[in-house]
Amino acid sequence: MRCLAKWGAASVAVLGAALFFGSAQAAETVKIGAFLSVTGPASFLGEPEKKTLEMYVDRLNKDGGIGGRKVELVVYDDAGTPDKAATFAKRLIQNDGVDILIGGTTTGTSMAAIKVAEPASVPFVSLAGGIDIVDPVKKWVFKTPHTDRMAAEKVFADMKKRGITKIALVSEDAGFGKSGHDQSLKVAPAYGIEIVADEVYSPKDPDVTAQLTKAKNAPGVQAIFNFGFGQGPAIVTKNYKQLGITVPLWQSHGVGSKEYVRLAGDAAEGVRLPASGLVVAEQLPAADPQKPVVTAFKKEYEAAFKSEVSTFAGHAYDGLQMAAAAILRAGSTDKAKVRDELEKTSGYVGTGGLVSMSATDHMGLSPSAFHMVEIRKGDWVLSD
Amino acid sequence: MFAEFLQYLFSGLTSGAIYALAGLGFAIIYNSSHVINFAQGEFIMIGGMATATLVAAGMPLPLAAALAVVATMAVGVALEKFAVEPARNADVTAIIIITIGASIFLRGAAQVLWDKEFHSLPAFSGDTPLKVAGATLMPQSLWVVGVAVLVIAALWWFFNRTMFGKAMLATSYNPLAARLMGIPVKTVLMVAFALSALLGAVGGIVMTPITFTNYEAGIMLGLKGFSAAVLGGLGSGAGAIVGGLLVGVAEALASGYLSSAYKDAIAFIIILFVLFFMPSGLFGKKGTERV
Repeated sequence: MRCLAKWGAASVAVLGAALFFGSAQAAETVKIGAFLSVTGPASFLGEPEKKTLEMYVDRLNKDGGIGGRKVELVVYDDAGTPDKAATFAKRLIQNDGVDILIGGTTTGTSMAAIKVAEPASVPFVSLAGGIDIVDPVKKWVFKTPHTDRMAAEKVFADMKKRGITKIALVSEDAGFGKSGHDQSLKVAPAYGIEIVADEVYSPKDPDVTAQLTKAKNAPGVQAIFNFGFGQGPAIVTKNYKQLGITVPLWQSHGVGSKEYVRLAGDAAEGVRLPASGLVVAEQLPAADPQKPVVTAFKKEYEAAFKSEVSTFAGHAYDGLQMAAAAILRAGSTDKAKVRDELEKTSGYVGTGGLVSMSATDHMGLSPSAFHMVEIRKGDWVLSD
Repeated sequence: MFAEFLQYLFSGLTSGAIYALAGLGFAIIYNSSHVINFAQGEFIMIGGMATATLVAAGMPLPLAAALAVVATMAVGVALEKFAVEPARNADVTAIIIITIGASIFLRGAAQVLWDKEFHSLPAFSGDTPLKVAGATLMPQSLWVVGVAVLVIAALWWFFNRTMFGKAMLATSYNPLAARLMGIPVKTVLMVAFALSALLGAVGGIVMTPITFTNYEAGIMLGLKGFSAAVLGGLGSGAGAIVGGLLVGVAEALASGYLSSAYKDAIAFIIILFVLFFMPSGLFGKKGTERV
């Protein structure tokens, strides 16, 4: 019995000490919580995001942390499911006590986490493209990537410049492609563009020549615009070549990786698409303020991971940099102060473009964030 | 007008031949064990991925394809040996669930072993489309159709003209009686998995130039192949081919003449309709022979 009491006292002491040191340390470190789709269907977005966050948090710590405070990163894998994203967001806030959330690889997981972050009053920087994340503006929610609406606007502006008014829209009937399709329909009239054929395909269809035949035969069609992601656009491009379609083909920013060029091969010659500065880092004019940022990030990422840098890695980089800058400016991890500072982000030069946020714009990217790119001999050629 | 129709038909033929090849693999394992192997799509993925990796590493295509087929068969045998055989006394449903688990495991392993990117192979006979009466067809589609036809012929010969093939059929009807007649039931099951892995790998290789492949390519192929096999009648090779082509052509005609938004729904309505009147599929045997 006495023995037991002794043990009890000892363990209470140890526990107390642990709690004391634990809380002392928590006051010292800045805790960043991330939930990313590292596995599952969106893993090719989530994995580079995770690698980027880990690499740059390490670097922040080596350089002395944020304002002298070490940074601790907690990452969970939501496998692309919104339910898990919401659970992990809750866990990050309640159990891990993080100061800020970065993550939400897909629009679905981001929207689910918003429902947790907003009531808990925790700043949240999303890495997903959907415009719904910041429109309407939510007090605690910000995002780094371009929206599909900006991509559609860029493409339509490019078409208008070439005197094109009638186009066929061929899009994926799920996720990214569906959202892009809806935004395209919404903004097309503003550019005087009429959509004369509206065809869809499933993300894994092996052949879309039927849809393209309809698009090709639509009366007065002057161009084809494909909104999709993954292997779909590559199959569309190959089928477009197979059918010998003569009107030009535009793609969305969803194909802004060398993978698309590799898969579509010769068929991709002459395809035009909007792409972020990161994709064409080397080709940006020296005067472009983005040039040093994107070339440095590209070099560091590719040296560390031996694989082509992706725009998604860039979104994570931008999210982390803006969060770190906001915490530094706030001089504390007080959530309300950090949120206010995030909203005041101004003139930040990131991989996605120039960012200046405001109370009414929680993304802050200007339309110039996209560059028009044409594929020539298997490589990107800047063609604004 | 006719050119359009022909183009829709060719589009359906391309997709349909791919679904048919995916569906064929289900037939063999079903024939010898009444198990539906949901890891069939993963065999297709492994065949395509392994070939693409070896070709990218500089190996000539025929050698890469042969090695990939052998590797996939090894995976098939391992799956039977370590996952299905230990549970051979369990009922068919339990084994089907095991194959679902195996498919998730294989996808995960592929993700780690390879990567998450798409891979492709050059088309076997070039990228110049064949022009027929104003419509176009890629030569690779003919490869897929040709291989599917070859495979069904070989399967028919194997199951009807060889002793071992007949032994496999016998095992499917009555494992106990087959064992009493001296048929090595364990070997039969292992050969069935090796064969369907071979089929999957061959399918994966010929379709990769059209569809590309990545670690999760097997999900869609498994599902569409399964629909094709059910429509045609489970266990019937000819049925899987007809079923696959039917689904493919229905999808293409639906997107051509009705609306591409409803093409999947239309394909499934056809499947439901057929199964409503012919529950064992177009070419299925009547479900009364298991007494």
